Amino acid sequence: MSDLDRLSLHVPEPAVRPGGQPDFSNVKIPKAGSVPRPEVDVAPEDIRDLAFSIIRVLNRDGEAVGPWAGLLSDAELLAGLRHMMMLRAFDARMLMAQRQGKTSFYMQHLGEEAVSCAFRRALRKGDMNFPTYRQAGLLIADDYPMVEMMNQIFSNESDPCHGRQLPVMYTSKEHGFFTISGNLATQYVQAVGWAMASAIKNDSRIAAGWIGDGSTAESDFHSALVFASTYRAPVILNIVNNQWAISTFQGIARGGSGTFAARGLGFGIPALRVDGNDYLAVYAVARWAAERARRNLGPTLIEYVTYRVGAHSTSDDPSAYRPKTESEAWPLGDPVLRLKKHLIVRGAWSEERHAQAEAEIMDEVIQAQKKAEIHGTLHAGGKPSVRDIFEGVYAEMPPHIRRQRQKAGY
Amino acid sequence: MARMTMIEAVRSAMDVSMARDENVVVFGEDVGYFGGVFRCTQGLQAKYGTTRCFDAPISESGIVGTAIGMAAYGLKPCVEIQFADYMYPAYDQITQEAARIRYRSNGDFTCPIVLRMPTGGGIFGGQTHSQSPEALFTHVCGLKVIVPSNPYDAKGLLISAIEDPDPVMFLEPKRLYNGPFDGHHERPVTPWSKHELGDVPEGHYTIPIGKAEIRRKGSAVTVVAYGTMVHVALAAAEETRIDAEVIDLRSLLPLDLDTIVQSVTKTGRCVVVHEATLTSGFGAELVSLVQEHCFYHLEAPVVRVTGWDTPYPHAQEWDYFPGPARVGRALTEVMEA
Repeated sequence: MSDLDRLSLHVPEPAVRPGGQPDFSNVKIPKAGSVPRPEVDVAPEDIRDLAFSIIRVLNRDGEAVGPWAGLLSDAELLAGLRHMMMLRAFDARMLMAQRQGKTSFYMQHLGEEAVSCAFRRALRKGDMNFPTYRQAGLLIADDYPMVEMMNQIFSNESDPCHGRQLPVMYTSKEHGFFTISGNLATQYVQAVGWAMASAIKNDSRIAAGWIGDGSTAESDFHSALVFASTYRAPVILNIVNNQWAISTFQGIARGGSGTFAARGLGFGIPALRVDGNDYLAVYAVARWAAERARRNLGPTLIEYVTYRVGAHSTSDDPSAYRPKTESEAWPLGDPVLRLKKHLIVRGAWSEERHAQAEAEIMDEVIQAQKKAEIHGTLHAGGKPSVRDIFEGVYAEMPPHIRRQRQKAGY
Repeated sequence: MARMTMIEAVRSAMDVSMARDENVVVFGEDVGYFGGVFRCTQGLQAKYGTTRCFDAPISESGIVGTAIGMAAYGLKPCVEIQFADYMYPAYDQITQEAARIRYRSNGDFTCPIVLRMPTGGGIFGGQTHSQSPEALFTHVCGLKVIVPSNPYDAKGLLISAIEDPDPVMFLEPKRLYNGPFDGHHERPVTPWSKHELGDVPEGHYTIPIGKAEIRRKGSAVTVVAYGTMVHVALAAAEETRIDAEVIDLRSLLPLDLDTIVQSVTKTGRCVVVHEATLTSGFGAELVSLVQEHCFYHLEAPVVRVTGWDTPYPHAQEWDYFPGPARVGRALTEVMEA
């Protein structure tokens, strides 16, 4: 047998491992403003190249440039900055609370704040998100009370989920935030179903599904794309590519495909790739997709190119699988600092005001935390009742569960 | 009142429900224009339009996943899984999503969906068209599980399932679609038109979920069965001349434990029958409950008659299927114990 006859298995590896020099030379970053903005009724096959580029608005000098710029006022951008800073401060406090044993688990957004914060502003009241665990900006940017989020994280006596769900698995129908499962990809196809229902009822509301780069490998991702494509569901299918699925680099899920956005092309779904650390670009692309959906033109697939600066959760240490300095080398920068710079360039913001806002926001978060802690934390103070274990499995408690509740002494 | 097959009865249930509630939608593989491989949805698309009854891609996780999303929106999807054997790709959506949405969101979101699926053997369907996966559903808290044994129950229970606020697994014994099959495969099939439970009201009625029915009153031994096995058990009682009381569970979850306990307390003997495999089957739960609640009334060990712990075979179907001879032997055994 010659060498030519022997097969070998290809197992992709990231460019660099711990100890190496971070290298993102393979991430091609187009100039801000260089990607065209098509009409929303464009034929998907006419914008195939958008699945391989990156839509960017903010340039290195902090200016908003190109055809995707110019959608947001100073006030809206200042609100966006505030939401991102709030999410960052919230994360910092909750990480600390986890270390103090006030909750079992936490997942932060560091570096990805623009994605969910900007996206929420492109939706209307009544639209429905089917989020994963790293889109709390959808709640923050919709003014959902932080105290309620903390009550959920602390599983205390005021937890809206009555202690039944892992921390950060929020739910709020009122704020268009579907109950987070914790299983990956399952909610993606549910978003398509919700959108189909809206179309069946000739409603005007739209849905948004959320998934990470790693879980695009799940079969539910592909089911979602088939159904969205077949029924032209009014849904925005978001892929947050933060480069890492716990310890697994995005190349393991992406395989031989150039980009995750390109997955949409085979289904005839317009696919856009966007700078996920650029608040203005995220908003512009989300609004484009929302308009398509609302005009009954069907689904849009969006890949947000971003970077998970922190650990996956409080249960892993990234230095075990990637260089410690990798986040500093990430070529798309920090979403908060980029928007801050833009607002300063616009003359709407300053270093002083930013420092002041940072302090005010942190104080607001701390005040909220104090209010939440009055109702208890995981191991101290007020707790959900043991009765709550047995309630709500069904609308009406069946006899066998009632017997078990009595056996438990409640 | 009309004479209906079980196919016509489930179709009528969907028809009545769609007419009463615009939020009821029906979809699945081949269910739209064609009306389903067993014709259960025939005519519904023509009557209610393509947005309320339509064909789905061959993707069970997609069918159930979209149904869950529709239910979250406020619709009441009644979807068909073409064969119960095909539900496995959707199992994640069923067990970790549909079953838990109410619980994990504390009622903020709910999941009123019905998954209809033809179940069981007796049609030479081999491994992939004969399975009885009910225990895989009864083991999941948050689901309701129904297995009707006749057209009258099928319609009333399906309407109840569609109107239920929680997810319901509705397993239709496909061997009963056209007649009350008693396991005597060598004899001509009796059609439902010659059976009193083929008498089905044309309009709306419901049968409560969680209530069993005694199909044959008796004093010697209690047979607990559901679906096709109800008719097999009735045949076995007649042929052995053993005065068996035959309970048709109809709902496996919630379970009508009172009816079982009352009967076994009276007879002191119990045989549990199902088509599904033995080990960890729903029969294990039933036997366990009988033991817990009737121990001091039992005159003999409780016996199970089930499919063998093998995949469902093709050519040897009638040696696998728990027919009246096997059930009869079990009845004799518990009487002689």
